[in-house]
This record gives sequence, structure tokens and C-alpha cells, in this order.
Amino acid sequence: MTADLQAASDVLTRQDLLRYYRVMRTVREFEERLHIEFATGEIPGFVHLYAGEEAIAAGVCANLRDDDYIASTHRGHGHAIAKGCDVRGMMAEIYGKATGICRGKGGSMHIADLAVGMLGANGIVGGGPPLVCGVGLKARVTGTDQVAVSFTGDGGSNQGTFLESLNLAAVWNLPTIFVVENNGYAEATSPMFHQAGIEIAKRADGFGLPGAVVDGHDFFAVYEATREAVERARSGGGPSLIECKVLRYYGHFEGDQQTYRDPDEVPDARANKDCLLLFERRVTGDGLVGADELRAIDGEIATLIDEAVAEAKRAPEPALDAVLADVYVSY
Amino acid sequence: MSDVQPVGMPKWGLSMTRGQVGAWIVDVGDEVSVGDDVVEIETEKINGVVESAVSGVVRRRVVDTGAWVPVGGLLAVVADPSVPEEEIDRFVEEFQAGFVPEEEDTEDGEAGPETVEVGGRAIRYARWGESGDPVVLVHGFGGDLGNWLFTAPALAERHRVYALDLPGHGGSAKNVEPGDLASLAQTLLGFLAVNGIDRAHLVGHSMGGLVAMAAALRDPRRVASLALIGSAGFGTEMDGAYIDGFVGAGSRRELKPVLQRLFADQGLVTRQLVDDVLKYKRLDGVGASLRLLADELFPGGAQRHVLAGDVGALGLPVLVVWGDRDQVVPPSHAANAPAGARVSVLEGAGHSPHMERANDVNRLLEGFLSGA
Amino acid sequence: MTRKITYQQAINEALAQEMRRDPTVVVFGEDVAGGMGTDQEKDAWGGVLGVTKGLWPEFPDRVLDTPISESAYIGAAAGAASAGLRPVAELMFVDFMGVCFDQIFNQAAKFRYMFGGKAETPMVIRTMYGAGIRAASQHSQSLYPLFTHIPGLKVVLPSTPYDAKGLLIQAIRDNDPVIFFEHKVLYTMQGEVPEEAYVVPFGEAAVVREGDDVTIVALGRMVHMAAEAADTLAAEGVSCEVIDPRTTSPLDEETILESVERTGRLVVVDEAGPRCGMAADIASLVATRAFEFLRAPIRTVTPPHTPVPFSPVLEDVYVPDAACVTEAVRSVTVRQFT
Repeated sequence: MTADLQAASDVLTRQDLLRYYRVMRTVREFEERLHIEFATGEIPGFVHLYAGEEAIAAGVCANLRDDDYIASTHRGHGHAIAKGCDVRGMMAEIYGKATGICRGKGGSMHIADLAVGMLGANGIVGGGPPLVCGVGLKARVTGTDQVAVSFTGDGGSNQGTFLESLNLAAVWNLPTIFVVENNGYAEATSPMFHQAGIEIAKRADGFGLPGAVVDGHDFFAVYEATREAVERARSGGGPSLIECKVLRYYGHFEGDQQTYRDPDEVPDARANKDCLLLFERRVTGDGLVGADELRAIDGEIATLIDEAVAEAKRAPEPALDAVLADVYVSY
Repeated sequence: MSDVQPVGMPKWGLSMTRGQVGAWIVDVGDEVSVGDDVVEIETEKINGVVESAVSGVVRRRVVDTGAWVPVGGLLAVVADPSVPEEEIDRFVEEFQAGFVPEEEDTEDGEAGPETVEVGGRAIRYARWGESGDPVVLVHGFGGDLGNWLFTAPALAERHRVYALDLPGHGGSAKNVEPGDLASLAQTLLGFLAVNGIDRAHLVGHSMGGLVAMAAALRDPRRVASLALIGSAGFGTEMDGAYIDGFVGAGSRRELKPVLQRLFADQGLVTRQLVDDVLKYKRLDGVGASLRLLADELFPGGAQRHVLAGDVGALGLPVLVVWGDRDQVVPPSHAANAPAGARVSVLEGAGHSPHMERANDVNRLLEGFLSGA
Repeated sequence: MTRKITYQQAINEALAQEMRRDPTVVVFGEDVAGGMGTDQEKDAWGGVLGVTKGLWPEFPDRVLDTPISESAYIGAAAGAASAGLRPVAELMFVDFMGVCFDQIFNQAAKFRYMFGGKAETPMVIRTMYGAGIRAASQHSQSLYPLFTHIPGLKVVLPSTPYDAKGLLIQAIRDNDPVIFFEHKVLYTMQGEVPEEAYVVPFGEAAVVREGDDVTIVALGRMVHMAAEAADTLAAEGVSCEVIDPRTTSPLDEETILESVERTGRLVVVDEAGPRCGMAADIASLVATRAFEFLRAPIRTVTPPHTPVPFSPVLEDVYVPDAACVTEAVRSVTVRQFT
């Protein structure tokens, strides 16, 4: 048994492991299918796919309760699914339909569901970290032990909002966790050209809060780092920063020809670092879960996504007067 | 006493600092007697008519229609016909030279409203007059002591006049629980007690009349007489839509037509009057208190309490005043007045004759109080 | 009971009363306590101009000094509002919104619409605006048109102590994001304000003077310039109706249009600049919706299209005064369509 799993398995049951696998597989299937469907031209606008990074969303959100919050990024499908957003509603939203989780008013980059603590994917790089400071303040003022997590990319970690939020969360001692998904590219620009300092996690030192670097392909590594950070936050220990090193399988957006990347980079990652493969190898190798159980989940998820896409395509467009609705609660 | 008398801009209410001259009712050369209408005046809050306080001939109209004149400023000059023109001119010149308008910020010498605690609630009231039997003025539903701005100064010449804000109204505490008639009457009696008033003449308008009657029935020894203006408590009928409209209106546009039902002359409902009522209605707690009072006293748009008959049995002097165009409480209720009551129905007046026909109502009240 | 207090006291009282009434109301911003972390006086400043003084001692857990870090704490207000608080964040001078505008107009303003009506963001941003204290270009602007432009935001600019209290209470109880503009020159203005809490609804203009000849729509501090001009003009026999919209979003279009339909003349007085400002917006409203009632060209009175200058003589000539308004009104009463 690997050290990671040994530590994790103190608290993880078989059911937990199957659940997290299901989350990761759902995200993967969702994104792979979107990659195909987007190419047909039927999906409006543009989408940013999360495939390859599933272990981060799943590993972080595995430590969160329904009343905890996350703030996400433009690459937000994985976070939304992991936090519990309805997959069918998400798919319909991406198709811009009335049955979408945001009634077709948000689209891929604004998928949100406050009822499950999802503060929204975000079209603004670095938009999310200040928001989770607010949630942290809410927990502090009302005396709950809720925590709030912001996901940011390596690109977003250079925004003032990110650094300001580390500072604010530290001075206010807020129950917040800043997760950086360092997937190697700020859009098309590699860290060599956009990032000073080797590790983003080291920026935590400057604000006096714990910073950790983990392998973002390894569910258990992410899970463990987050578990520590969540425990610290819930018990009044304040904020943490977790940098997850990872690779995305697709371009910055669908249609990105990725001419800035080594052509072997993704095939290599898919073969050797894929989070689902790593997860399966560990849990089956340790005999905790049978491969047949995972295949059964794969089948269920394939059906779910098939249905979600079919439903989304069939779903009604928003009524035209919806353009005027919901600008204000009252006006 | 000089033969030449000024007619000055009156002060109606504590906040009035100036008035705008409306239509002149008298011409130069007209003879006027005490109490005759001279000129219409509009203020930000209310419109009214200036009465002559002297008798003589109108010799000058100093200002034109449309002019704004500060309180105390010269409007007209009345003098005996024998006074030469030069003397009139000199009077005007000297008056204007010596006139200093009251500064808006200095309210010295003017007693502002005060607050006392009655039954655990802050109750705001105002006082006028130094001597005479006490008279207590009780406003109606949604009103306040300011409704008596034409009445109180007139009665204060011969009486100690008190006007209070009922619970949930004006500057008094905004909670009215339990909101029934007994609690309002108890508050009124409590107000007399804390002010050391053994026995008072009660003047009530609309719901205030009902409260005054209920107080008299609870403790008749404390009440010298009742003057009831457009009063509730004489029959079950009323305009329930007025109450609902008043409680429900959230904007000027909604409230204005409701307030217009209070008057025969709808021009009296100025924008300022509407704004002032809105300001009151927007205070925390007012909406719920008005709703509770309405549900207690006027359930289903009808009056719950008819007390006129019981009051008749007390044998108190009673004056009943109604406007024949009252749209809120039917003027026909005047016929239900207690036996022996003086009843006066004013032609052309609505639900608030003490504001709309202040001079007539003041004369009725003065006459009644001097006999009561 | 009503008594006279200042605009600044009215704001402070509104905050205190709402914090007492509702434990989810929190106040934060730069120096809003101004001393909470020191061994000296705990609310030494109470805001850079003392507007929030006295709140920290009563609500030590709900009045928080922030880093000088507008993006973080204005964004935190949006997040806190999403999670169930009613934050009142102070963006000291509205000129500073440039460093945090994203959190206001891309985040807070858009949540409800983007999330399909399933979000409420009950936050208030209090901010100072306006020229007149020799604070020069980066501390004197009247930037409310920028916020008025953004759907999803409500924009409030009280001109009196009464309105300041009632509009702020409404802003705090409102379930949409509200930008609350406080004119620094008005802080010392006194006026009658009820002791009780009350609300002034949004989208309801105040008619400050009633009149028949000319409609003057004036905003914020300019309301007082317009009222002074109206008094001067009354003596000349020109009767002006002065309308204070009180909120620019929502805007009480009906009161403006009804007035112009009666008077046939419009002068708009705005301390914001002339391009894409409220004066241009209201002139456009009347030109498109009440053109047939106009008896003279519309006049706008605004500062010039320049930054706010520092030199006292230059700043004084920059800000419109009552004489500018009087002159504009005279020009529309003289010139008239035939």
C-alpha cells in the first residue's frame, strides 16, 4: 500500500473511493464528450476543458461539505461537477438552453449553483479569490465552521486579486484555501515568460501562511494536502495555499491548435500520469476496489453523459423575454 | 392702539417659515371685520386662509399673488378710512424697515413637541396656551398632532391645549400592541394622568373621536366634554377602501388619491402633505402598526365599535361636527349623535373640516367649550 | 421624533441602526475603525472623515479595517453577500474604483443575471465623490455615470441628511448591489432626520421646489445649487421645478417627464462630466420621450470635459454653481421654439 493511500485510507472508505472515482470519471467523460460535440459547431461560444486535471477538483472537493463554498475559473466544469452541480443542467447550460443550470444565461464560463456552494465559474482570470475571502468572513462573523476554496490557474496567480486575497485572508485569519492549478500555461504562455519565482506555493511564505506543492495528477496527494488545509481552516487556523502541478489535455480553449506545446506532452501524460489511471492502479492494486466495479461506473457515466447531451440538444431555447429577466431582484 | 393695523403672514405649524400668497379675497377699499377671510396662503405643507384679526378698511395689499413672504411679513394694511394715505405709506415703510424674518434655525421661544412615557411607550405631544381648562386634541388614523395646526393656536387663547400623537403615529413609539380600542383609550387616559390633568375637554377627529369616547366611557370623571369631528364610533359604515389605501400606498402616486378622499377641496392635498405622510409611513414599524389598528378597529372595512349611544348615557356635553362631503365616515352618522349633543354639519367640507374649514370649526369649538 | 443632524451623522446612524437590527450587516473598509489594531484609541479615525466613528466600539466583530487592497475587500463583499451577509464596504474615494472595478461590474453586478436569477448579492459600497475640497484630479471625481451604465448595479446619491439615512437603510436592506455616493462637501450639512429607522425607496425622485416655467433636474450636491437658483429666479417671476432623482439607477423617469410636460423647458445640472454623463442621459430621455412638449432647447450645466483641477480658483470655476444654473434657466426662458 502506498504511503498516500495509507494515510488517506484512515479516513476513506470503499464507498468514498468509488464516489471520488465517479466524480473524476464524470468530469473526464463530460469534457471528452464536449471536445467532440464542440467540433460539430452546435455549442455556442467557447469552452475551456478541464480534462487531465480531474484529481484536483475531486481531491479538493472530497474534503468539503455542501455548505462550504468554492469559487472557480473559466475552466470550471470539473469544479462544478465535483462540488455537486447537476450534470444534466450543466450540459444544457453549455448548449444555452432554458433548462440549463443558469437558464441559459451564463454558459460554460458562468456555471454556478449557490445552493451547493458553487460561486461560479468565472470569465475573469483571478476573479475568484476575493470572493472566497467574503465567504470566509461570513463564516467568521456568523460563527460557523464553513470553509471556502478558490481555484486559480498559474496565470491567475499573477493577478493582484490573488495576492491581495492571500494578504486579506491572512490578516483577517479567514477559513480559506487558495488552490493553484498550475497546468503549465497561462493561456499559451509558459511560466518561463509569465511567472517570477519557481514555485507559486512559495508566495504563501510572504504572507505568513502555509504553502504546499503537490502532484495534481495524484488524487491522494491533493486529497491529503486539502484535508490538512481544511482542518486548519475549520479550527480557526486560517488560510492555506496549495499549488497543484498538472497538465491539461486540451488547449486553452476548444479550437486552440496548441502550437506552443511539444506534441508528445499530452500523449505522454495520458499514458503515464493520467489521474484516473493512477487512481485505479492504486485502489485496485491494494485490493480495496475491484476493476469491475470501476468499469460499472464507467458504463453508468457514459450513459449519463449520452443522456445529458441528448437532453441538452432537445431542450427548449430560453423564451425571448428572458433577456430582460433577473438583472435585479427588484428594480 | 394704533389706528393702522398690519395683516401678517401667519405661522401654521412649527416648521413653517414662509408662505406663498394665493388669491386675494379682499380688495383695497373693502371693509373687513374680525374673522373675515383676507387672502389665501399656500405653504409647503398646507394651504389656508388668513383671517383679519382687526376691523377696518383694507388700505393696502402689500404683496402680489405668487410672492413668498416670511412668517410675520406684511401682507396687507387695515386702517380706519380717516387715516391719511401718507400715514399708511409711512407705516408700511417703517414696518418693512424694522422687519426681521425669523431665522430658520432659531426656534427660541417656541416650545417644540415633548415626549412623555405613558404605559411604557414614548408619547409625543405639543402644548399651546398658558391658562384655562385643559383641552386635549386627538388625531385620526394615520394622523398626528400636526393635523391641529389651525386648531390649537386658536383654542390656546382661552385654554391650555395639548395635542398628542397616538401610539404608532407621529413621533410616538411605533408599536401599538395589542392595538385594540381599550389600549388606545388607556393611553389617552394615561397621558392625562402623567400631565397632571384631572379633567379635560377631549376633541377627537375620526378614529381620535372614537378613542375620546372610549376614554370617556372608561373614566367619565376625567372628561369634561367631547367634541367629535367626522368621528368614528357613530355607526358601522365607513370607507374601508380608504383605510386599505392608506395602509397599502407605497408611493406618492398611490397615496395622493387616498389623501384626497380626506378633503372636499382636493387642491388642499399638496405635494408636501403627501410627502410628509409618506415619510411617516416609511418609518420602521408604522406599516405593521397601522395594519394592526385597522384590523382591530375596522375589520373587513367596517367599524367594530359604535359608542355614540353609550356616550349619550354619560350626560356629557357633546359637540358633533361633520363635513357634508365626508367620504370616509358618512355624514349621515351625525343623525346618530347622542341625545342633547350639538350637531353641526358644514356644507362643502370633507372628512377633515378642522383643516379644510378651520375658521368655522374653531368658532364652533370655541363656542362649545365656552359653554361646556 | 425628528431632529437636526448632519449628513455624516445620518449615515453613521443608519449604519448603527441597521447593525443593531440585523446581525448579518458588517462594515469594512480602509480605516473604518482606523485604530482597531493599536494600543491607542480603538476607533481613532472611524473612517478617514470620521463617518463610521463609534461603530467599532459597539460592534467590534462586525466593523473591520482592511488592507489598502480594494480588489480583495470589495470582492470579499460580493462573496460575503453571496454567502448570506449584508456587507457595507467603504471604497474611500470613488476615484479608487479603478483598482477594483472588475469585482464590482463583472462579479457583483452580473451574478444574478449570469446565474439565471438564482443569486442575490445584497452588498453596499459606500464611497465619497465630488469636487470642492481642493483634492485635485484623483480624489474629486463624480463617477456615478460609470456605475449607472452597468446593469445589475443600483446607484444612489443622496443630497440631504434625510435622504442619506433613508436611502442607506434601503441600500442595506436591498437585495441587489448598491453603490452609495456620499458628497464630501455635504457631510456637514444639517437637516431634519427622524430618530427612527426608515427607508427612502429607490427610483423615487424628490421634488425639491414646485414650479411651472422650467424643470431643473439636479443631482447630488447640485440640488442645492439648483434650489438656490430657483429661489433667485422666483424673485424675478420665473417659477422653477427642481427635481432631485436621488437614484440614477433606477431613475424616476416618470417624475421628470411629467414635469417637463407641464413646464416645456428642461435644465439638467450635474457635477459629473458632460460626455456620457447623467446630464446627457436625462436630456436624451426628455428629447426622445417628451420632445413635443419642449418649448425651448434643453440646457445642461456640467463641469467642462477636463479632470478636476487643484488650484482653488480653477476648481471653483470648474464646479457649476447657482449662478451657472440661473444663467441656464434664463437662457431657456428667453429662447423659445415658436
